[in-house]
Amino acid sequence: MVYDVVIIGAGPAGLAAGLYASRARLTTLIIEKESEGGQIKTTDEVANYPGSVRDASGPSLIERMVEQVDEFGAKRVLDEITSVELEGKIKVLKGSKEEYKAKTVIIATGAVPRPIGCPGEKELTGRGVSYCATCDAAFFEDLEVFVVGGGDSAVEEALYLTKFARKVTIIHRRDELRAAKSIQEKAFKNEKIEFMWDSVVTELKGEGILESMVVKNVKTGEEREVFADEDDGTFGVFVFIGFNPATKLFEGIIEMENGYIKTDDDMKTNIPGVFAAGDNRVKSLRQVVTATADGAIAAVQAEKYINENFED
Amino acid sequence: MIELNKENFEQEVLSAEGYVLVDFWGPTCEPCKALMPHVEAYEEKYGDKIKFTSLDITKARRLAISQKVLGLPVIAIYKDGERIDAVVADEATPASVEELIKKYI
Repeated sequence: MVYDVVIIGAGPAGLAAGLYASRARLTTLIIEKESEGGQIKTTDEVANYPGSVRDASGPSLIERMVEQVDEFGAKRVLDEITSVELEGKIKVLKGSKEEYKAKTVIIATGAVPRPIGCPGEKELTGRGVSYCATCDAAFFEDLEVFVVGGGDSAVEEALYLTKFARKVTIIHRRDELRAAKSIQEKAFKNEKIEFMWDSVVTELKGEGILESMVVKNVKTGEEREVFADEDDGTFGVFVFIGFNPATKLFEGIIEMENGYIKTDDDMKTNIPGVFAAGDNRVKSLRQVVTATADGAIAAVQAEKYINENFED
Repeated sequence: MIELNKENFEQEVLSAEGYVLVDFWGPTCEPCKALMPHVEAYEEKYGDKIKFTSLDITKARRLAISQKVLGLPVIAIYKDGERIDAVVADEATPASVEELIKKYI
C-alpha cells in the first residue's frame, strides 16, 4: 500500500505529526527504530512543556502522546530505515524488515547525544561513561560523579544526580554556565555540586571500568589526572554537551547545513513532498515544545501537498 | 526469565555451565524497559539453547559493578561463568540483541 504520510521517528516531533496527519484522516505510518519517545524519554522531569505539571516525567508525557496518536488511527511499526528514494512522486523507504511507500515523508529522526570525542570514551561507555542519567544514576549511589557541560541538560542532570551521588562536579569549558538562570540558581544552592571551570576532559582511562581521567584547563593549558577514590575504585562521567542530528541517511540527498536538514517555515525540505520536523533541522531552539510544533506544521503541509499533487 | 539477585547470581550465572544471557536493567532505565519485551520474545525463540536471566541493578549494585556493568542497558552473554560478550548502552537494540544471541546458538 501507498501511505499518505510516512513519518520516520517517534519522538515528540514524529508523534505530533502523526497526531495531526491521522486526525486529518490521512493514512499515516510512524516508523521507529528503538522505542517511542526519543531523547525526552530519559528525562526525569519535563518542567518547560506547557501543561506538563502533574506527572511531568518524559516517559509519562510520551505515553500520553502515543495514546493520542493511536486513538486517531495512525499505525506504528518498529523498523530501522536503511535507505531512501525520495525523488519520485511515490517515495520508497527501505527498512531492515520491510519496504514502505508513501506520497509524503516527514523526517523526525531527532538527534543523538554528542560524545566528547576523546580517547577511552568509546571503550568506557557503559563502564563509567554515560549519556543517560536516569539510566545509570543508581550505580553511583554514594560515589563521585562528574558532569561534562554547562547547558540546561547538563545542569538539570547534575541536580538529578545529587539524589544518588556523594558529590557532583560540573566540568565546563567556560567560566560561566549557559543553563537557564532558574536552573543555575538551584545548582549554586546545592551543597553537593562543585564546579571545575574552563576545563575539558581530554582522556578517559580504566581497565574495564572507569578509573581516571585527564582534565585540561583551557586557559592555562595545564593538564591533570583525576583518579577515583581508592575505596570507590571508580566514578561516573556523564556527558551532556549537546547533540548531533541523526541525518546520516539523508546525506547527499537532502540539503543540509552542518548536518542539520534545511527547511523553510513550512518544514519543507528541498525535495517536494519531503518534510523535516524536530531536532534534526536547522533552528534556534530545540525543545519538546518546538519539536511538536514542527510536527504539526509538517503534517498540515503534507496534507496540502497531497491535495495539490494527487487526485483520488 | 530467571530473576537474579545477590543470593543466586553465583549459582545461576557464575557457576552455571553453558551459555547464560543476563539482562542488566533498572526500574528508571527507560531504554531497558523498552528492550525487555523483545528479550522476553527471544527467550520464547531461543530459550532452549541459552538460559535467560535478568538482574535489577538497584537491588545488587555492587554485584553489577563487580561484573563491570556501570551503565544500562547491558545484555551480556556468559559461558561457563565467564562473561564473553555484551551489547552496552546505545548499542543495545532489539536487532543487536538478537544478533548477539545468534552468535552463540
